[in-house]
Order: sequence, then C-alpha cells, then structure tokens
Amino acid sequence: MTRLLDITDLHIALPADSQRPYAVQKMELHLEANEILCVVGESGSGKSLTARAVMGLLPKPHVNIAKGSVLFHGEDLTKVSDDRLRQIRGSEISMIFQEPMTALNPVMTIGTQIDEVFRFHDKMPGKERRRRALELLRDVQLPDPEQAIKAYPHELSGGQRQRAMIAMALALDPKILIADEPTTALDVTTQAQVLRLIKEMQAAHGTGVLFITHDFGVVADIADRVAVMQNGLVVETGTTDQVLRTPQHPYTQALIASVPELTPRPARARSPEIVMRVNKLEKTYRSGGGLFGGKGRIVHAANDVTFDLARGETLGIVGESGSGKSTVARCIVRLNDAEAGEILLGDTDLRPLGRAAMRTHRSKIQMVFQDPFASLNPRTRIGKIIAQGPIMYGASPEDAKKRTLDLLDIVGLDPRSYDRFPHEFSGGQRQRIGIARALALEPDILVADEPVSALDVSIQAQILNLLDEIRDRMNLSMIFITHDLRVAAQVCDRIAVMQRGEMIEIGPTSTLFASPKETYTRELLAAVPGKDWFLKGSSAQAPAT
Amino acid sequence: MTFWKLFARNRGAVVGLAILILITFMAATAGIFFPKDPFSLAGQSMSPPGENGFLLGSDSLGRDVAAGIAHGAKTSLLIGLLATLVAVCVGIVMGALAGYYGGIIDDLLMRVTEMFQTIPSFIFAILLVAIMKPSIESIVIAIAVVSWPAVARLVRGEFLSLRNREFVQACHTLGMSDIRIMMGEILPNCLSPVIVIGSLMVATAILIESGLAFLGLGDPNIMSWGFQIGAGRTLLRSAWWVCTFPGIAILLTVLAINLVGEGINDALNPRLRERS
Repeated sequence: MTRLLDITDLHIALPADSQRPYAVQKMELHLEANEILCVVGESGSGKSLTARAVMGLLPKPHVNIAKGSVLFHGEDLTKVSDDRLRQIRGSEISMIFQEPMTALNPVMTIGTQIDEVFRFHDKMPGKERRRRALELLRDVQLPDPEQAIKAYPHELSGGQRQRAMIAMALALDPKILIADEPTTALDVTTQAQVLRLIKEMQAAHGTGVLFITHDFGVVADIADRVAVMQNGLVVETGTTDQVLRTPQHPYTQALIASVPELTPRPARARSPEIVMRVNKLEKTYRSGGGLFGGKGRIVHAANDVTFDLARGETLGIVGESGSGKSTVARCIVRLNDAEAGEILLGDTDLRPLGRAAMRTHRSKIQMVFQDPFASLNPRTRIGKIIAQGPIMYGASPEDAKKRTLDLLDIVGLDPRSYDRFPHEFSGGQRQRIGIARALALEPDILVADEPVSALDVSIQAQILNLLDEIRDRMNLSMIFITHDLRVAAQVCDRIAVMQRGEMIEIGPTSTLFASPKETYTRELLAAVPGKDWFLKGSSAQAPAT
Repeated sequence: MTFWKLFARNRGAVVGLAILILITFMAATAGIFFPKDPFSLAGQSMSPPGENGFLLGSDSLGRDVAAGIAHGAKTSLLIGLLATLVAVCVGIVMGALAGYYGGIIDDLLMRVTEMFQTIPSFIFAILLVAIMKPSIESIVIAIAVVSWPAVARLVRGEFLSLRNREFVQACHTLGMSDIRIMMGEILPNCLSPVIVIGSLMVATAILIESGLAFLGLGDPNIMSWGFQIGAGRTLLRSAWWVCTFPGIAILLTVLAINLVGEGINDALNPRLRERS
C-alpha cells in the first residue's frame, strides 16, 4: 500500500474569542491508497475543519494551521504555494460537499461545470472534453447523461446533483477524494445509492477516500478504517471491525451505544380512547401558471390521508422528503389549510374553522419544530417564550411564571434559564425549550416535526427519552414526523409510511418492521445505513433466525 | 461584546459621534450664547469674520452669521429627526402589512410605494411644500412623504423572510394574534437594519430641508442653514463668509451622521464587517 496522506501533529487554531483555542489538536492521521477512512464525530468536533485544512480551504485569517504538517506524497500541503495548491486541488485531491445545491453553481449547466475542471487542469480539445464529461456522468449512473449535461442544478434531484458533484470530483482521477457529509442532506434510499456509488468508484479507481460523517450507520456501510474525533482530538482509530465491535475509548462506546437501533420497542397496550381522527385529508400545492397563463404544476402533498390517534400513543409518520409528512403535520396544527377532509378533535372538525374559532382549540394541539435554532425568537427571553402561551390564555403572570419554572424542571433545564436568551443555549437545550413551550398550554396532542434530526446522536437519544417520559407523565398523544426509521423504531407505537402524499401503510411498529406489506416500506427498511451491522450486533444476543 | 465596543471599532464613527454631540450641544445652547433673535440686526452689515464683534461675520442686513448657525442647528436637527421618525413609522406600518400578509395587500401597498418612488424626491418635496404653504410642519410632512418608501421596502423584505421562520409559526400554533406577532415577534428582529437606514435618513432629511430653505421654501420665521446660504448667494464674491460657514455646518453634520450610521451598521451587523 502507498501512503497518500500523512497528517502529523496538526493543530488548527481558532480565533481568540472562541470556546477553545484549537479546533483540532495533535492530530495524527494517515490515508492509504485504495481505502476509505471515515472520520466520525459530533458537530464541533473539528472533523470538517480537518478536511478543509487538507484542501487548504480554511477560512483564513480567522482560522489557520498553527503547527504540524499534512504530507501528500511527501509534499507538505501546509507550506506549498497557492499556485501549487491550486494545481493539486481538483486534479490530485478533490472534494464533495454536504449540500450539492449550494456546492454547484446555479447559473451554469452541469456540463459546463465539469468542463471547467478539465479546462483549468488539462489541455484537450472541446470535443474530447465533452466525451469525457458524458462518460463521467454515465459512470456515476445518472439516468440520461445527454440530458444531464445540459441541465442546470435545479433541474436535477438532490441525489442526481450529488452524483454530478461526484462526477466532477472524479473528473481528473484524483488520488484522494474528500467527502464532507456527502449524504447527510439526502433521503435514505438515495443515501444508500450514493454510498454504494462512492464505494464502487473508489474501488474502480483505487482512490483514497477521506469520508467525514456523524452517522455510525454510514461508517458501518462504507468504511475500511475509522477515526473518532471528540472536541478536536482523535480519540480512537482502527479498522471498522475493531472500532465498531470493540470500541476502546469511552466516548466511542457512548457514541455507538446511542446509535438508535432498528429493533422496534416492545408493544404497549393501546388505549381505547381515540383523541383525534383524520379523515380523507387533501392538500394540493399549485405552482407556476400565473398571470400569463402557462401550465401550473400541481402537487398532491396529502391525498386521502386517514388515520386515528389513541390517547397516550405515539404515531410515527415516516417518509422521504416530499412525501407530504410535514404537510400533514402542518394541516393538523392548522399552519396550513387542507382543502378537504376532516380533522376531528373529539367531536369538532377543526379543518373548516376560521382563525378566531380555531383559537379556542389551539391549546389542545401543540407543535415541536425541527430546527432548534430557528424555532426560538432570538430577541425574547426563555421565560417569556414559554410563559406567553399561558398568559395569552388568561393565566396571571405569577401563575405563568410558576408553571414555566416547573416546565423548565420537567425538561431538565436550570431555573436560571428563565432570564436568558436563546443564543446562550446549545441545540439540544434549545429543543428542550421548544418542548417546554409546547407543553405550557397543557395540550392533548403533541405534533413533533423531525424534532431530533438537527441534533447529534448522543443528544438525540436524550431528547427522545424526554419526549417518551413526558408523554407517559402527561398522558399525551404524539404524532412524530421523521425520515429516520431508526428513530421511529425507538419512540413510535405505530408507524404510518407516506409516499407522494399518500399514506401507503400503517400499523404497529413491530408488525410493520417484521412483515412490511408494501415494496416501498421494504425499500426504506433496506436502505437504513448500517443496518446489517447493527442488526448483527443485536442478533448476536438473540438466537439467529 | 457590548454595543459600544463594537461601535468603537470603527474610528470614523467615533469621530462622527463627537462632531454630532458638539452640534447638538451648539443647538441646545443657542439661546444662551446668542440670546437675541438671529433675524435681528446685530451690528454693521457685511462685517468679515472676527470684526465688529462678529465671530463669523455678518450678512448684508447685519445679521450675525454665528447666531444663525447656532439657531439653524436646532432647526436642522429637529426637522431631520422628526421627518425621519414620521417616515420610519409610516414605512414600518406599510412594509409590515405588505410583507406579513403578502398577496393582494402586498401588491396594492407596493404599487402605492412605487408610485411615490417614481417621482424625483426633491422635486416632489418642493411641490408639496409649495402646495401646503411653507412651515415647519409642511416641511416635515414633505420630507417624510418622500422618504418612507425606502423604509417600507426594507421592512417588507425582512418581514417576508421572517414570517415563515419557525419561531413565528410557533406563535401561530399558540394562537397569537397577527398584530402581536408582527409587533412583538417579527419587528424586534428587523429593527437593526431599520435603525441603520433611519440614521442615514436623518442626513438626507437635513439636506432636503437645507435645499428647500435655500430655494426660499423654508419656514420664514425660523432660522435655517439653507436660508442663510440662500441669503448669501448673491454676495458670494464680496462676502464669502455668509455662505461658507453654514455650508461647512451642513457638510459636517451630514458627514457626522453618515459616519455614525456606518458605525451603527457595523455594530449591529458585526459579521458584515468581518467578511470584508
């Protein structure tokens, strides 16, 4: 094996007023040809900055390399000139990013963007470049390369864009491919395909891949070796087998333990009391058309959606992006207006109610939002954020304050949080505040729209436990929207699968996992990253089936 | 970092603030240092600066230029602040309604805004003052009428981007009323650009007021820098001081306000500064 990359004693310094002096400290890492090295860590662990340091893309002058070397074929990348670095980028080391929509230039066609890579690094005639570009697009299995080469980024789907990015990155057959969370923004089924593609391309070209991810499932699927990072330190390295089976460092052990397993939770008795029924809910979005005619596009975001919710149960709604799961949630809390159907809360149909009439029912259904950074008003103190609900419904300020302090305690926050602003809290803590706000009105139903997908795994587990605990304590019913079947398995009593606005399958979690009726459900289950690995782990204890 | 520290990182802004404080002091103490009516005859006409007891000279009617500048500062600052306040209030209401409700309301309000924007602002202001009869109120109204569209557009943009944020939706799910969401939740989050544009508008307002007074459309009973320049215009070659000192006063004030505005901008949007 040839050693491609050798990082020794790398220190990346952060600006003076940051939380810690170094983003990355004392890093020792190496990458061989023809292997996939996964760098795993939670947000803020320094994994992305490591990748950027190798590419010479650190946000200078605020962040820079303080010490250490990054040897690429014996050449120290921290010391080479900008010109040399530019030569290396793209042709020897290339990179794919998390969000293909922002990494691609929206006003240039895919073909032009691939062409650029060739033009900047190689001299070859235009025809040849076009031939090579087409070949690349074929290699990354884009459905219609002739069409794709003429397409603009917005005309492709997320998965296709990421394929185009990979084609671009591999255009000059680089020795090293750095992939920074390349599948995080994609749906599970697409993620599985893209991971497979990266692996195939890597094997075919003998590339060394430095793969940054936060997801141990992805690690299990793709990695040859793993490096675990915590707060800027590499705490453990080893082969995938070693690290996943016999993790040495306590942090690694904790991380692996908090990866939600795909085994459904034990079934609980379902209460006979139905708190909400949704009948034949319809919602369509229209776009385009407009003043000068033209054909509008009609999307059925919810089509004939029917389900019911018992007291104290958690109903999961899973599906990929665009399946309409969020639309259903938003229609239920009346952030969107459904066109037809019934939303029966007790005996009242909420759907046709006007805003004023709805106000008396609002407190019964509350929502927890996805993004803990966007869901709290940055200019309002925590106490007011939580207390304003009860005050609006007529509680006295003293009662509201007392209730708020109780809620802070329930969600596990310090009472001193009362007078602080949202920016003083971490993502997980903010999500707790969001939950406290939703609970302040003592709702019967809590609608949680991807409440943990913006959080790190270890915090995910805490929030999921909290939601579970609260549901039991307050006898709430919960509608839990998620794209992650592993999370759904942890918290949901029943799961509904949505595809293109239709609820194609609904049933108790264990039944649905054991014997899915629909092909799509089976595909979803099969695409869960690291499925084989983590099932192997649990079936090792259980008798093999 | 505190607001002041961020503000003080911009040296020019601190200098601007110092000048502005000086001018405000001058306006506030005008009655003490120059107790006489600035329109009254104070001594020999056409005295050059430093002679006949005139610090900055006198004009063709023997009025004290220094007294005029001190009393004029009061007028300029008052009109600048008042007009801006009115314009910002109108702009916020229009922009907030348009941005928050969107649809037909947005179309309607924005077309109205555009109507105001298509007319050259200074000529429009002249027209308004001429119709209404020159007085402090009419000047304030005229300046406010020509400057609110910029605020309305800015606020509308901010509201458009903020109204779909999750924290606003959370307020909807609590059943909060529209007015409360607009005023209590969204508005505080878009105040910083409004403050910045407002501080710069004060400078523009002072310029417009001076222009109007120069053309003889100022309040005839109130001393103003523009009026002084207008009065000294014909004597520019024989008595340069009559026009020059009020001119410098306008220049310094507008410059100072712009510098302070920049400083506030840097302090409220610290990231913008780091990026450049």
